[in-house]
Amino acid sequence: MKFGIMVNEGPYQHQASDTAYLFAKAVLAKGHEIYRVFFYHDGVNNGTRLTVPPQDDRNIVNRWSELAAKHGIDLVVCVAAAQRRGILDESEAKRHGRDANNIAAGFRISGLGQLVEAGIQADRLVVFGD
Amino acid sequence: MLHTVNKSPFERNTLKSCLAHVKPGSAVLLIEDGVYAALAGTVASDMVQQAMAEVSVYALGPDLDARGVANRVIDGVKVIDYAGFVDLVIEHPSTQSWL
Amino acid sequence: MADAGGVVKKFMFVNRKSPYGTIYALESLEVVLISAAFDQDVSLAFLDDGVYELTKGQSTKGVEMKNFSPTYRALEGYDIEKLYVAQESLEERGLSEDDLLVDVQVVSRAEMADLMAEQDVVLSF
Repeated sequence: MKFGIMVNEGPYQHQASDTAYLFAKAVLAKGHEIYRVFFYHDGVNNGTRLTVPPQDDRNIVNRWSELAAKHGIDLVVCVAAAQRRGILDESEAKRHGRDANNIAAGFRISGLGQLVEAGIQADRLVVFGD
Repeated sequence: MLHTVNKSPFERNTLKSCLAHVKPGSAVLLIEDGVYAALAGTVASDMVQQAMAEVSVYALGPDLDARGVANRVIDGVKVIDYAGFVDLVIEHPSTQSWL
Repeated sequence: MADAGGVVKKFMFVNRKSPYGTIYALESLEVVLISAAFDQDVSLAFLDDGVYELTKGQSTKGVEMKNFSPTYRALEGYDIEKLYVAQESLEERGLSEDDLLVDVQVVSRAEMADLMAEQDVVLSF
């Protein structure tokens, strides 16, 4: 079965991203497919590579990146929500005249249509938020 | 339909609103701070027990454990893990997250 | 125009939060507008504090935020015409349909529950 996952809160502040990640891992462990994880609202903050959590804590951003690398999962950060909150990739940074970008490995920035498309293409869509 | 609730019933009306919109035969899964609603002997217990007459109520075990309340769960509330969460999502044609 | 491969699903956007205090209502509306491009069967549900998203007379100059409430009136132009508002939520807040800035269908809890149960995808904000 194909799953879509929506994450609406950033890392650490709220448990939503943790629950979504553990849910995603369980989906994969059962041999199902994750069509896409879509990050919206403050959830876009899961996609910055500049977080430096304490060493004795989980690294939420890296965890998502590693899951994407290992299982080829499409991690999509909403462009409009990302722009508001300062999450940029190289081309977005260039386009908006910013001096740096911060998108983490495995994440890509795209439009909200990717969320609606996930709802259409996936057999199930589960929302994690606050 | 599967409904998930992630708010403490003592702080928000999320569970109350969810339970007002569940249809018989559907399932309610309590996660994150929502698991406090799964506990016996609280002012919210009656509301949950009444709902259990018509819907199945589940609580996410790792969230109960994290909060140190796993030994206080209402009889009949089914405690599941993340794999069980996935099974519930598959079992029901759609999932509504009450946020 | 987006390609949904001929698939038409029932999408419901559930709004339970008031505007301005948090960004959920505004960003929810942004998804709704995008969804119109996919030719899906879209409906919006407003319950609990979500009914405050639709109240007349919003004026945001003093808080220096964008007043996005007129956008709800524009939804019709995107062929999004199913706006359901929970009767109990209005009553609890001392509101009636006349207080809302757009034409809606006011529904009971049982009707709202039926509508929710028949959806393929429920996006909650």
